[in-house]
Amino acid sequence: MKEIVTANYAIAEAVKQAVPGVIAAYPITPQTEIVERIAQYVARGELACDYIPVESEHSAMAACIGASAAGVRTFTATSSQGLLYMHEMLHWAAGARLPVVMANVNRAVGPPWNVWADHTDALSQRDTGWLQVYVATAQEAYDTTLMAFRIAEDKEVLLPVMVNLDGFLLSHTMQDLETVEPGSFIPPLHLPHAIDPAHPAAYAPLTGPKDYYRFRWEMEKSMRAARRVITRVEKDFAGRFGRRYGVTEEYRCEDADILVVAMGTLAREAEVAVDRLRAEGTRAGVMRLRWFRPFPTLDLTGREVVVIDRDYSFGFGGVLARSLCSAARIEPFSVIAGLGGQEVTYEDIASFVRERRPGEEYWFGVKGDV
Amino acid sequence: MTPPAHGEPSLPPVFKRRAGETMAQIPKEEYILETTSACPGCSSSLSLRYILKAAGPDTVLVIPASCSSVIQGMYPNTAVNVPVYNIAFAAAASCASGMVAGLRRAGRETKVIVYAGDGGTVDIGLQALSGALERETDFLYICFDNEAYGNTGMQRSGSTPLGALTTTTPLGKIHPKKEIDRIVEAHHPPYQATAISAFPLDLFQKVEKALTFRGPSFIHLLAPCPTGWRFPHGKTIEVGRMAVKTAAWVLWERGQGRLSVSAPSKGPLKRPVPLQDYLGMQGRFKGLDPALLSRLQQGIGTNREAILAEAERP
Repeated sequence: MKEIVTANYAIAEAVKQAVPGVIAAYPITPQTEIVERIAQYVARGELACDYIPVESEHSAMAACIGASAAGVRTFTATSSQGLLYMHEMLHWAAGARLPVVMANVNRAVGPPWNVWADHTDALSQRDTGWLQVYVATAQEAYDTTLMAFRIAEDKEVLLPVMVNLDGFLLSHTMQDLETVEPGSFIPPLHLPHAIDPAHPAAYAPLTGPKDYYRFRWEMEKSMRAARRVITRVEKDFAGRFGRRYGVTEEYRCEDADILVVAMGTLAREAEVAVDRLRAEGTRAGVMRLRWFRPFPTLDLTGREVVVIDRDYSFGFGGVLARSLCSAARIEPFSVIAGLGGQEVTYEDIASFVRERRPGEEYWFGVKGDV
Repeated sequence: MTPPAHGEPSLPPVFKRRAGETMAQIPKEEYILETTSACPGCSSSLSLRYILKAAGPDTVLVIPASCSSVIQGMYPNTAVNVPVYNIAFAAAASCASGMVAGLRRAGRETKVIVYAGDGGTVDIGLQALSGALERETDFLYICFDNEAYGNTGMQRSGSTPLGALTTTTPLGKIHPKKEIDRIVEAHHPPYQATAISAFPLDLFQKVEKALTFRGPSFIHLLAPCPTGWRFPHGKTIEVGRMAVKTAAWVLWERGQGRLSVSAPSKGPLKRPVPLQDYLGMQGRFKGLDPALLSRLQQGIGTNREAILAEAERP
């Protein structure tokens, strides 16, 4: 069935179909529609789930941890300041190996107050042990949320997954959505270390220098295994429901000399820019990075790369650009654009490509001192 | 048996005893094994022993950062024979909220007990506690109150009494103890009580009783701490008894809106022995400024009168 909905709605719909046992959430703009819809599904009896209206995001993640530890599927959603307030518990959920799934509606971090799209909220959580995926359409938000439960709960992974979508640009934009019946695509959760009074154990007790690193290494092993699991789950999804995404989504890349690399909605805008550039005779393509953690292995040799970051790591650079420098050993033209919802059109993106300066950094809109 | 509705006791009549009418009737099963890493004379591990005897094996302890994070032992060993879920400092009550929901959703009646220190309860964990109480979480929250941040070496907490020396109040604390019981009372939990390890039968019975209620129960447990309060580690029980005799600590319980003074406090509440007999046993009150002593006495007197007035209310 096709509907015209926002990406927030699409996420709520996917969550309803995954049937978590416990959802704990705290409202924040622009995530609110997700939790409001879920609360309605629960109130109307359309979703058999405990909805815990917690008093903070820190408590939202703590409650998801408690519920997940009891062996039930869990979900929460947040944004920006809420995600930052959860920070301590993000580490805890991952370290406790709990397959919590969370939607994060990417929004700028204060001060000053700004509720518009920006990736710094999620990217500043990149070392917490969460898998991170960035989507660009309502359909992709829906499909990826369904896949997120399957990936997080896979016994080779057992790490939490954060589904990121751009605030307003995607969260509040109406697009078409085709829902599916997930059926056996998401099997029941079997958490091997669920709390069981018949088998008492100490969870996360004090652990000394001789043992601590072993648990960290186990997390990294699972992060590495997640690459395989993501590919497997995406293949299964495509086989059942006909939609395929991949770790990256490529647009006119086959013969491209210049690649624009970005995440989220900016990368879709870049597709229009690429069409314009090709009309001018420039062989450009777009590589939209979907999975940021685990970070993919990319072969970009022999191409010029323009990276657009809707984020920044102060004193270092654009997080995506710097990540590509180290992971793909390239020296891209690094563009910082779209911070706090700054408008970036396809014309702007085309001009980034036309005026590229490999190895340099450019702040869109800033004149003179860059 | 169908589970009782929120706030209703499951064992009529109210406060019916199951096992522990006397110390001899307390179950012999041990859930705290002999090799905890507690300081000698620790009243917290002693209390936990009786708490778990009352709760039984179908129980999960949720423990935020506190002395109990250490007392339970170090990986790969544990001295606790029920599942222990360790969680971040501010997150005990919220983690327990999710855990109760998850367990009930999975069709299990496992009891969830938060065992948190005074810092984790009255300070950093207060917001999560308030939220869990307001949402009528079906759990027992026990605050073991040694009146300072014990695990980090006795810094002041909101629960440190006026005048007490801690490592961050080297001249004695100038702010009175936060009244967590009144804060909790404002959330109207079905059952609320105070306890102390010096009266283990009273503690055992209160835990047993608390666990018969659907909804949140709260027990505030005074935990005399030889290391932090600076008294010999063989004196934990004596110091605890003196806390009750001086009415510096009053044992009471409130079920279904009605407060009753517990047996060990009945006499002392009306005829307390001089407060100095309790303070004098502890190094932390050494050299207490007379003005602070007078304010401390006044506060304890006001608390005593309030409890008496509520207990005698028709």
